[in-house]
Amino acid sequence: MVKQKKPNLSVKIGNLDLKNPIMVASGTFGYAEEFEDLIDLRKLGAIVTKTITLKGRQGNLPPRTCETPAGMLNSIGLENPGIDKFIREKLPFLKKLGIPVIVSIAAEETPDEFVILVKRLDQIPEISAIELNISCPNLQKDKLISQDAKATFELVSAVRKFTEKCLITKLSPNVTSITQIALAAQSAGADALALINTLGGMSIDVNKRTPKLGAWVGGLSGPAIRPVAVKMVWEAYNKIKIPIIGMGGIMDTESALEFFIAGATAVSVGTANFVDPQASLEIIAGLQQYMMDNNMQNLSSLTGRLKACKD
Amino acid sequence: MSIAQIKAKIISNQRLNGNYGHLEFESGLIAKHAVAGQFVNIRVADALEPLLRRPMSIHGVKASKVKIIYEILGKGTQILLTRKPGEFLDIIGPLGNGFNYPRLAKSTQATNILIAGGMGVAPLIFLAEKLKLSKPLVLIGARTKKQILCLQEFKALGCTLKLATDDGSVGFKGRVTDLLRIVLEQTKPLGLFSCGPHPMLKTVAQIAHENKIPAQLSLEEHMACGIGACLGCEVLTKTGYKSVCKDGPVFSSEELIW
Repeated sequence: MVKQKKPNLSVKIGNLDLKNPIMVASGTFGYAEEFEDLIDLRKLGAIVTKTITLKGRQGNLPPRTCETPAGMLNSIGLENPGIDKFIREKLPFLKKLGIPVIVSIAAEETPDEFVILVKRLDQIPEISAIELNISCPNLQKDKLISQDAKATFELVSAVRKFTEKCLITKLSPNVTSITQIALAAQSAGADALALINTLGGMSIDVNKRTPKLGAWVGGLSGPAIRPVAVKMVWEAYNKIKIPIIGMGGIMDTESALEFFIAGATAVSVGTANFVDPQASLEIIAGLQQYMMDNNMQNLSSLTGRLKACKD
Repeated sequence: MSIAQIKAKIISNQRLNGNYGHLEFESGLIAKHAVAGQFVNIRVADALEPLLRRPMSIHGVKASKVKIIYEILGKGTQILLTRKPGEFLDIIGPLGNGFNYPRLAKSTQATNILIAGGMGVAPLIFLAEKLKLSKPLVLIGARTKKQILCLQEFKALGCTLKLATDDGSVGFKGRVTDLLRIVLEQTKPLGLFSCGPHPMLKTVAQIAHENKIPAQLSLEEHMACGIGACLGCEVLTKTGYKSVCKDGPVFSSEELIW
């Protein structure tokens, strides 16, 4: 028998090189130090930090999480120490890891805050990419930036001028047409799209007749949203040229593969980090095995290779 | 001490007093490093329902065995009750900051009062064992006699026990915090240690403040990650929100804002 060559798991997202396409999703992995005792962080393709804002944020009124069928709701409300404290206290640990660090950012009041944040982060060489979180459902806004194609275009265009770093735009699934928003981000110069953020949701305690979350409503994540996410990745893949980072309820190798086949170039593991901190590393191994079993040398043989049922 | 994710063998798992369960698992690592007041985060089954782990106070350790007790309240604990000796459980621990007692543990003279409400006995047994030289006074409150747990275990440690039930079926008729007020008329302890429902802990904090006695309170919250990453189990303190899972579950009563 011919000894099979190990498949090449590396991918390119904009100017960002990943040794493997498995990342951890923003908000589910803190600033990585929280997981240091539990997994070998250096094996991850990349780490996306919890979202940072200009000033620190206290976050929303507790309770902030509740379990739902095959999923969970959260309304954390972007609790974070702010950019200065992040750079001072959280970034040194991330820099030491030697793997790509993607910093997720959001604005509280005006889009100008994104510009200020991007200018700051652009000057730090150890930061590999910036993720624009224009889709957080927990800021009590009437409308998210990513729910409007024009606002998405303007925001991405505004920050694009100030950085050469890989710019990822994270989109909300709470829209009529994901492709319309995806196209707007692409034409404004985004290097990649992260699909999807959480779905708006609500859960009620029937005995108390109160919402289960202090903020009343929150974002749904976990395997419950996976079919929605896979569909949106597939829809966007058919219309855009820039890479897609797929996410939404990835728990294991099989669920990660669904995203690649639907059109993702890389994937992020989110809620699964709470359930089993080993999930992301097991997916890296499982993906490699799948590619060997199917004689695939590169991920380009997998991404978007969806066939019709009758074939 | 670092935390670990382990596959722990179940040694025993039995129903206790009707609606409670008592489970022992094997983990030399957790047994060796656990501090009273810390918890473990258990994946009750390798399934998507329930999705999240269940945080459980460490009830005690013996050699390489770790004990927990749990109230059978919902799907997660119902599944946990079906798990059999010899099977393996996916456990992360030991987690959080426990009670602060190293100095008290060496004393034979210290007077400390432990106040448990319902399932709040779980971490307080472990603490009573650490403080056994000074034979702490233990107050346990529950709705009825049937919900009073671990009496024999506290007695075996030489603790003095006082009970309170809402219906008066055993001990003082009324709230355990009313019983605490009566007890404090006669004794001035060095410290209060408490675990139980949120309203009870709030009253213990008030009583501690009025009597100028330091109190350490173990809080309970729904958790997603259990390791301080998701910021889902936050509690408001004088220095802002803190994570019950990582900064707690034990907090000084003066630190908390109710």
